[in-house]
Amino acid sequence: MRSILPALIVLLVAVTPVLAPTSQVLLTLAFAKGLAVLGIIVLLQAGQVSFGHALYFAVSAYVAASVARSFGGELVTTLLAGVAAAAVVGLVVGVFVVRYRYIFFAMLNLAVSMIFFALLEKFYYVTGGSDGLQVPRPTVVGLTLERGEFETILFYGALVLSLLAAWGTHRYLASPLGNMLRAIKTNEVRLEYLGVSARSTLLSGYVLSAALCGLGGALMAVAQGIVTPEYAYWVRSGEFVFIAILGGSGSVAGAFVGALIYEGVRTYAAAFASDIWQMVLGIVLLVIIIFGPSGVTGLYQRLMDRLVGPARPRGAGDSERAPGAAE
Amino acid sequence: MSSKVLMAAKGLEIRFGGVVAADDVNIEIHEGHNLAIIGPNGAGKTTFLNICTGYLKPHRGSVTFDGRDVTGLAPRRLVRMGVARAFQIPQLFTEHTVIENLLIAAAAQARRWSPLTPIATIPERGEMLHLLDMVRCAHIADRPVSELPEGQRKLIDIALALALKPKLLFMDEPTSGVASSEKFEVLDIIAKALAEAKVTAVFVEHDIGIVERFADEVAVWNRGEVLFRGVPGEILSHPDVIRDVIGETV
Repeated sequence: MRSILPALIVLLVAVTPVLAPTSQVLLTLAFAKGLAVLGIIVLLQAGQVSFGHALYFAVSAYVAASVARSFGGELVTTLLAGVAAAAVVGLVVGVFVVRYRYIFFAMLNLAVSMIFFALLEKFYYVTGGSDGLQVPRPTVVGLTLERGEFETILFYGALVLSLLAAWGTHRYLASPLGNMLRAIKTNEVRLEYLGVSARSTLLSGYVLSAALCGLGGALMAVAQGIVTPEYAYWVRSGEFVFIAILGGSGSVAGAFVGALIYEGVRTYAAAFASDIWQMVLGIVLLVIIIFGPSGVTGLYQRLMDRLVGPARPRGAGDSERAPGAAE
Repeated sequence: MSSKVLMAAKGLEIRFGGVVAADDVNIEIHEGHNLAIIGPNGAGKTTFLNICTGYLKPHRGSVTFDGRDVTGLAPRRLVRMGVARAFQIPQLFTEHTVIENLLIAAAAQARRWSPLTPIATIPERGEMLHLLDMVRCAHIADRPVSELPEGQRKLIDIALALALKPKLLFMDEPTSGVASSEKFEVLDIIAKALAEAKVTAVFVEHDIGIVERFADEVAVWNRGEVLFRGVPGEILSHPDVIRDVIGETV
């Protein structure tokens, strides 16, 4: 019963290129952001917020752009190179930031991302400065495609990658490692007294979150055909956190539901209420935080609980609680 | 004492500002002999536990476990060697259910790091349900721990330590927070579980009745020192102990 609506939405999204071809790029961008938000949600399970994850979005996007420019650019290798770069940078930065928690963790991430932003602006000959880099359209299994075909393929690629990433992340959060990650939020002392290093556990989650952000960034780069320092800007990092709370940080679905709503509101509000669209989003966020701290997916689950009775006992990885919710 | 020495503390010293929490503490913990630590508040009992489990590093002195020097090793390293701990205030994962708490402990003990296998399906699940049964908490396996009363939280806290299959278990006031009418019952449950798991226990306790009944040996702490040590019958009837420790707590 409760999976009917989600299945319908996935189906509806899947036939978009046929029904509403003009929306498919918009949806591809929403998937790209949703993947990055999934990374944020992984960290939120440990009770940590990063205000600098645009770093991994940008690292991956710039590496993907460089690969597309210099190696002829096959779509798969472009994306893989971006994700790998994000994961490696995530490991290096992670070793440092997992020593900190809460506001310090959030701000250190922000600081690192802003350093990278500055580097992108200053190293003009490598990064194109504030103009950024053009990303030539990658080939797909060796074929050079027309714009329309490429966009459709990219859309379905993004859809499949999103479903795979959501499934994998859900499994991870239900696994011993994922449960230990969630245990960091409630009791690090006990975790250490079970023989588990809280730092290594958080580091594994951090690298995963960096890789997910990287996947989103690389997709965004090839979808937009250009990368700019804005990819690393703090506003972008804040946007990811915003979407996570909007969609619901307790479940992997929240990332994509949030991203779809966010991109939808942004696009249409910008068209119909160009002066006040940010205010619209601000009010939406206020309403969510006050009335549904578990986000849109949390509201949906509550609604379903009321309509068809409570679901099975809350399973691992299904926590409906919002970040920072009182114990 | 002819049995094997499990842990030995030699010349432990630690001070916090002007307060001496351990002042030349020397004590041996023997395998199979449950040791109760008693003493007035601020005597350094919890500090001793903190040093033995790696939470604090002594300024001077050493701790050996199974003949190996473990002074200053991190708690997780000591846990890996077989030293577990239960806390005065239960330390649980409050967003998980009872069984999930135990499964996390079991997964940690068995080193199950696979990121794609659900924790609910690990092979240790049966063992953990048995452990819950042993501490009489099987009926609350699927309850979130945040909903439980303190007494049950204490039992789960101890079950978490036992899930690690330790050789030595430190318990800081296992019956604090438990209604006095239930203390003996709770400790009976714990004692049986410890015996079944063949774990040597060191516990801090204020209730002399509990000490008499469950300890094989008693050590009396005061001002960071071990004043007396021996079998409960002798120690608890010593006039100095009655004056300094029992007089204050009964």
